[in-house]
Amino acid sequence: MPHSTFLRFILPSLAAMLIFIAAPIVSVIVQSLHVEHAQVLKEAETCDPFSGCKKTTTVDVAATAKLRAQEPLGRFNGLGTYLDRAHLASAEVAQAWAASTSVGEFGSRLMSLPFYQAMAFTLTYTFVVTPFVIVLGMLIALVINGLPAIFKGPTIFVSLLPMIVTPLIGSMVLFWMIDARGIIGSSLQTLTGDPNLSLKASPILTWVTLIIYGVWHSAPFAFITFYAGLQSVSTDTLEAAMIDGASRWERLRYVVIPHMAPLVVFVMLIQLMDNFRVFEPIVGFSAAANASSLSYNIYNDLAKASPSYGSAAATSMLTVLGVAVLLIPVLVRTWRDFNSRRVS
Amino acid sequence: MTVASRRSPLLIAAGASFVLIWLVLAAFPFAWTLWGSFKVQGDFFSKADWTYALKGVRTLAETGSAFTGAGYEGAWIQQGFWRASLNTIIVVVFTVIISLIFGTLGGYALARSGFRYAFWLLMAALVFRAMPHVTLVSGYLLPFFQWNLWGHLPTSIIVLVAINQPFTLWMLHSFFLNIPRDLDESAMVDGCTRFQAFRRVIIPVMWPGVITTGLFSFLLAYNDFAVTALLLSQENQTMVPKIASFMGSTQVEGNVMFAVAAVVSATAPLFLLIVFFQRQIVGGLMTGAVKG
Repeated sequence: MPHSTFLRFILPSLAAMLIFIAAPIVSVIVQSLHVEHAQVLKEAETCDPFSGCKKTTTVDVAATAKLRAQEPLGRFNGLGTYLDRAHLASAEVAQAWAASTSVGEFGSRLMSLPFYQAMAFTLTYTFVVTPFVIVLGMLIALVINGLPAIFKGPTIFVSLLPMIVTPLIGSMVLFWMIDARGIIGSSLQTLTGDPNLSLKASPILTWVTLIIYGVWHSAPFAFITFYAGLQSVSTDTLEAAMIDGASRWERLRYVVIPHMAPLVVFVMLIQLMDNFRVFEPIVGFSAAANASSLSYNIYNDLAKASPSYGSAAATSMLTVLGVAVLLIPVLVRTWRDFNSRRVS
Repeated sequence: MTVASRRSPLLIAAGASFVLIWLVLAAFPFAWTLWGSFKVQGDFFSKADWTYALKGVRTLAETGSAFTGAGYEGAWIQQGFWRASLNTIIVVVFTVIISLIFGTLGGYALARSGFRYAFWLLMAALVFRAMPHVTLVSGYLLPFFQWNLWGHLPTSIIVLVAINQPFTLWMLHSFFLNIPRDLDESAMVDGCTRFQAFRRVIIPVMWPGVITTGLFSFLLAYNDFAVTALLLSQENQTMVPKIASFMGSTQVEGNVMFAVAAVVSATAPLFLLIVFFQRQIVGGLMTGAVKG
């Protein structure tokens, strides 16, 4: 296909991506280097005959609003926002390092800083949910693949439900069930004999709840991908393995699993990307007090009454850096594959 | 000899119970919420006894019958959920249509171009796919406020289209790779231009791939929260942010039931979607994921 035809075909899609994905990234970079204007203060001297003159400082609301309206971007702040307490908190980290006697103590001090707390949850969520999703999805796929044909349709239908439901809605549905007055919450109270048990109160239980939700929500995606892959396992190879005396486990280990390896990589890649942006469950479970993620912090900065664009943009940039680190191994691998394919 | 011929009963029992447990885990929350949405708050969130939710003791006492539509009435009429659902329909329909038009053209070009930049474009799309949506939204807000684009439905539609493009391109690109090149190239030998070949030869055979991709675009637009919650004004709100706004008012007796009813209402179309398109969803992942 000649370059000009290619360009004409791809132009709408490319333009949409450049304007609404690439340009916003630039806009985020610019915003992250700026910070909102400080409030304009005015000094007034009031004199009265008895106590003499007094200087008072008040906030000039009108002038502040005018300045902010004129320059919504704010003033240039360099890397200031990145280093402040809500982000990388360089000063606080240095202080915590100096004051701590052990790594554990340093870690717990770090956890009191909002950015590191969000980072810890995001990474824990990503790297716990992803393997569980893969294992559970694979098990479901293997078992459903062995079911008699009439059961397959309905079981697949039910299995897809947690995946297609809106994440916010799915997490709200579970949230109502684990409420102390909901069915799971009250059952747990009876089971443990602790009438005050609340899954929302402790940070650990909140994290566990969110992770269980994540596995529940994403396992169907892994299942359906693996199930699709199982349909293309060659029956000839399987039968040949059986004739050679391979047991059920050996057939699974040496025929099925190697066939599924590329799909596992695919699911892992998608899951790493999607779990890293975890956000809706925190809103749905109202879990922000005990667990917040990078995406949630951005949302929180933007959704409040007077949004902090600079702060949101700095967190966004740090998130994008995180995504880049996650993706580099994949990109390098794809690049090698592509080159080896060109040579051969 | 079939592969399944030598199963031990133990393995069958283990498999069956595993599937049963999974099915309960997957379906029970939905069934429970659907049932509970026709009760009053005192039953669905029962202080006294969880079986109240099944029997509807307080619903019977408060409304005179075991089921009540009060939650639905409150959500749809009192809280204006009908308006949010209309907005959702507009956003979703336009997002899907525009995504598919852009995506088929782009995906076709990527599948037929042998140049190295096609590969780089696909890689860039993969990187864009990985961007958390809310990071992009933080880039939109200021410019959109300044240019007075904030709050309108078309803005959200075009943003969702763009966010959707990387995935749409990948999916349709791998689908078009499966359509033999000879098909459109022979049409061009017969004197068609590339675009005519696309229109007359490719469009008639591309519908299975387009329908599957459309389903996933639908899910993305329908399930979105980050974009619609931050880019739409109060009166243009779609269903998901509207439901989130119900949550703020759970302290008031009855309002949480509005949210429950709204949740059930918003999930119903998704159920219908899998009832009708289950085969396309599974089949689409089969071609899209296995090849792509």
